[in-house]
Amino acid sequence: MSRRKSTLKLTTGECIDEVQRLLREKLSHDSVTTQVFGLETQRRHLLDIIKRCVNMGESNSAIIIGPRGSGKSMILKSILEEVKLEDNVQDNLLEVHLNGLLQTDDKVALKEITRQLQLENTVGDKVFGSFAETLSFLLEALKSDKKTSRPVLFILDEFDLFAHHKNQTLLYNLFDISQSAQTPIAVFGLTCRLDVIELLEKRVKSRFSHRQIHIFSSLSFDEYIDAFLDILSLPKTFPDKNFTKEWNSHIQSLNDDNITIDVLRRIYQNNKSIGALKRLLLLPVCRLSEDHPFIRSTDLLESCQYLTMDSKAAMLHGVSVLELCLIIAMKHLTTLYDGDPVNFQMVYNEYQKFIQRRGHSVQCYEKAVVLKAFEHLLALEMIKPADGGQRSQKEYRPMMLLVDAMQIDDALQKYPNCPTEVKQWNMTEFHA
Amino acid sequence: MASGKIGKDSSCYGYSKERIDEIHNTLPCRESQISTLLALFGKPSHAAYSSIFIYGHTASGKSAVITTILQTLQLPHAIVNCVECYTQRLLYEHILNQVGDVIPSPDNNYSCYARCDNMNDFVRLLKNLIEEKELGSRTLFIVLDKAERLRDMDANILPALLRLQELSNCNICVILISEIVLEKFRTGTGFHEPFVLHFPDYSKDEMLEIISHDCPSDYSPSFYISYVNLLMSIFYMVCRDLNELRHLAQLNFPKYIEPILKGEATVENAPKLWRNIQPHLQKALQTIYLREVSSAQWEKYQLENVEGAGSLPNLLSLRSSVELPYYSKYLLIAAYLASYNPTRTDKRFFSKHHGKINKHKLKKTEKISFQLLGPKPFPLERLMAIFYSIVEGKVAPTANIFSQISSLVSLHLVSHVSSDDQLDSAKYKCTVSLDFIRSIARTVNFDVVRYLYDFV
Repeated sequence: MSRRKSTLKLTTGECIDEVQRLLREKLSHDSVTTQVFGLETQRRHLLDIIKRCVNMGESNSAIIIGPRGSGKSMILKSILEEVKLEDNVQDNLLEVHLNGLLQTDDKVALKEITRQLQLENTVGDKVFGSFAETLSFLLEALKSDKKTSRPVLFILDEFDLFAHHKNQTLLYNLFDISQSAQTPIAVFGLTCRLDVIELLEKRVKSRFSHRQIHIFSSLSFDEYIDAFLDILSLPKTFPDKNFTKEWNSHIQSLNDDNITIDVLRRIYQNNKSIGALKRLLLLPVCRLSEDHPFIRSTDLLESCQYLTMDSKAAMLHGVSVLELCLIIAMKHLTTLYDGDPVNFQMVYNEYQKFIQRRGHSVQCYEKAVVLKAFEHLLALEMIKPADGGQRSQKEYRPMMLLVDAMQIDDALQKYPNCPTEVKQWNMTEFHA
Repeated sequence: MASGKIGKDSSCYGYSKERIDEIHNTLPCRESQISTLLALFGKPSHAAYSSIFIYGHTASGKSAVITTILQTLQLPHAIVNCVECYTQRLLYEHILNQVGDVIPSPDNNYSCYARCDNMNDFVRLLKNLIEEKELGSRTLFIVLDKAERLRDMDANILPALLRLQELSNCNICVILISEIVLEKFRTGTGFHEPFVLHFPDYSKDEMLEIISHDCPSDYSPSFYISYVNLLMSIFYMVCRDLNELRHLAQLNFPKYIEPILKGEATVENAPKLWRNIQPHLQKALQTIYLREVSSAQWEKYQLENVEGAGSLPNLLSLRSSVELPYYSKYLLIAAYLASYNPTRTDKRFFSKHHGKINKHKLKKTEKISFQLLGPKPFPLERLMAIFYSIVEGKVAPTANIFSQISSLVSLHLVSHVSSDDQLDSAKYKCTVSLDFIRSIARTVNFDVVRYLYDFV
């Protein structure tokens, strides 16, 4: 083996290809296990619960709470992988993965449980009286081949969505089995809602073990940089040793680069999660090529600009001058009426006043043309109707402006060939 | 600006250089977006990022770029339009049909790949299909155009599509295309963040470059560009939509070259051509741009106009003319007056022996507020009172008169305000514009402006 390794020498193109394959996998698949940062206690706690369920037949339930992209699924997956390494577990443990986004009601969920436990044949065309009966039949059926029942692990992703099912039948039955029945089951809920317990009905809540595991990203900035370096570094298993060394030393050198640290700090202050870090790194990794084999700090800067772009200001850049005038008129009117909604007729009136008083280079357009521009703004959702009904005429429908003054100023700065009067009109304090 | 990047990026990702060049050639002025997308897609076997969100204005080449890339590079893909697929079942079955190459036709009795009602089945079927099709690790692209419609569907669909890769464990990349920014998609407990890509609007020069591609073969591109430049000077302030401008350019070109065909001007004589086309384009802004005249009508008008006198028959007044019976006209005028005048001024306007008018008192602070704020509701009695005071001669309150009111409602010229009681205390609102009521009043020789509070 070692003989082969030492002779392996890839061209730069092949190396880049391999690097991309490795890193893209890491960055785009969320649940691919990477090193766990600062979550050792939580991990140990979860591992303990699962091991006790598998080895001692102890039923349990827990909810894992953490914001999006904090690594809830990743931790659970890495633990399961670890548990499965024990030989008695491998063929004994059954997993059922449910997701609140997919199983939108209990009927679908039950079908999915049957499918994942591979009991479709056993159930066949049997008709059951109740949900609980079906579920207990399913778990009973698992017993048939041995006298002791096999432990079942229920993993409910997007747990809060299951709480919105009618009567919370699924949750009630799962927790009920974990409390009373003989079959050892462990129920894990993954959610990003902190108040998920409040969503549960009283009877469901009382059967839940109230074990909550919080996964909050408590990384300090130094740890964050470590995570950054760890994600980008190549593992020891990479075929070309020389390239690995070169790459890793290059990644380490990014640590000393001021621009990189600055970019990372900006992203960190915005969002501490590893998910956001991965999004930052995606574009620089994708852009690697033979002419450009290493990630430079300017790549990170460019990617950061992509992520922090103000999308509304970007959209404002593309509207026509007439539409821009309407937005400015609406802004002035909104400040005049203390944020009350205004209708098209008022905006048009204001626009006409501007044309008569100041607009020398801006032409006055017919009302129907202006109305078309106004409706385009409505389609772009830069303004929205303040009333619910469709009763009133288009001209008199109360509307709210959804762009704020800062964004308008920003857009006007960058607007190509903006007439000076329009700019001045925007700047003037509005007097009725 | 982005041209430097082409040479660097074009030969990589395992595609031949010709293919990449072909993409760049068919889509001018989109170099940096194409290279970013190609980088994100990577090689077919690479793991793609789970979702990409593309936003930009109408006609900024969003769908064109994606479709061209996917088709030219022959990547496995499914493209659906969310306006067409207005229920989740249609959405799922469209995607499955496209991935599975099933086309509903008489041969297969219009059947789909499989019946699929919910997200759970969709993910399961899609997984089976990917195995069946032996896509292996090749990325499957699912493109959802007009993605803002996904917000109107069930709440689980958008978040589930955004993490389809994780849910199905397959190499799938979901691309959402929309005109609306991502912020407006956020609901509930959030979703897996997609990679956001902005397609900026074309600058004026870029637009000219693109439009010059459909120059007629008998004329030089520079001549066509100078024509489009003239067109832009009229339309660019109002309209930035490339499709609209292209359409207008093609429609008005025959008129522009008319003097040349007649021999009155040459290709070089730009000022003369400009003088000829300018009023024509101004008229186009008021008619064809608003679609009050259809393109076919406009072309016909241009042809007739060659001989001279042909004019668009009352097209401008088209939106403010409708044939009504005599009393209906008066009823409508009365409704308008009732809607736009305050009740307290009725006595002054409509009774014969009103006291002295204090003009100072009338001209108060907010003078034209009623024209601005829109019509106010009024009861039926007030309408009839005003009607009798403005109509000449004696009119019996027959069933005819009252049925005319309800026919005005069904014509949407007057609308019911509160529908709680049809007979007693019914309230109405007049929903026509001032121009419209003026032209109606002119036909019966009634000076409506004299009776309007706002204009006194």
